[in-house]
Amino acid sequence: MSTFKGAIVVDKNRCKGCALCVLACPKGVISLAVRKVNVHGYPYVEPVDLDRCTGCSSCAIVCPDGCITVYRKKLENENGE
Amino acid sequence: MTANDIISPENLVYKKPELMNDTPMHYCPGCSHGVVHKLIAEIIEEMGMEEKTVGISPVGCAVFAYRYLDIDWQEAAHGRAPALATAIKRLWPDRLVFTYQGDGDLACIGTAETIHALNRGEHIAIIFINNAIYGMTGGQMAPTTLIGQKTSTCPYGRDPELHGYPLNITEIASTLRGTCYVSRQSVDTVGSILKAKKAIRKAFEASMKGLGSSLVEIVSTCSSGWKLTPEKANEWMREKMFEEYVKGDLKDTTNLK
Repeated sequence: MSTFKGAIVVDKNRCKGCALCVLACPKGVISLAVRKVNVHGYPYVEPVDLDRCTGCSSCAIVCPDGCITVYRKKLENENGE
Repeated sequence: MTANDIISPENLVYKKPELMNDTPMHYCPGCSHGVVHKLIAEIIEEMGMEEKTVGISPVGCAVFAYRYLDIDWQEAAHGRAPALATAIKRLWPDRLVFTYQGDGDLACIGTAETIHALNRGEHIAIIFINNAIYGMTGGQMAPTTLIGQKTSTCPYGRDPELHGYPLNITEIASTLRGTCYVSRQSVDTVGSILKAKKAIRKAFEASMKGLGSSLVEIVSTCSSGWKLTPEKANEWMREKMFEEYVKGDLKDTTNLK
């Protein structure tokens, strides 16, 4: 069975910390950075558990500021190789 | 396999559209405007109309829309976007002309322009962002404010005896003979965003095919004006707004997919 493995990159200085992506992510990959703010003074999100990311793009689609870039790779076997 | 192995250009599946530049947007965190801007940029790219699109920006929160999308823009006086769009489309029929207006702009000061442009069947698309409030000026009551909804100018809730009833401009538009496509969507979930994208695409295509005027209402949130978090604002919208502003296609005579 082939599976997908994904990864996201967050433009933290564009992020305003609305956390809509945190709600949209079905795997709990993203979370608000704890007690940290960006150059604009906004809290921001960061990937905390990228191993679970499937690259479904839900976070990026709901992001109002277009801060998230999504990558996805198809894996050929169950071991994730 | 580590994340660094996956992060490479050949595995890219989603990024901010090219037409949306890197200027930080002035919208509040969680504002629906950003999502709709992104959809418009994606659709224009998919249609290959980057060099042939003229957007009309309104007065309201989206007044600076021209800063964020790298297409041609014209800034209209308050509520006059459909009149300006009419002129541009008539002079330049091969351009994709759309207006981007909020409820204070379209459903209040610009009601006459909107209804007459739609009724004339101008080949333009109108994107109508309805958040039931005047967001930019401090959350005052708008014609679209729900009955009982508290705003800064009706702190005890909208009372029909005193303030009248919510104006459902999209329903009015659907009864006009000049319109070919009238739809109401939202951008709160992934599914609804994809549906909204389809609707805006259809409106743009209908305007290029000369089928008539189109109106796509996006029921939106205003977390600052409603004084809720982005998450709670989405919940409030689903609970209250969708009851008054029911989602779906109100009119479709385009025969487009």
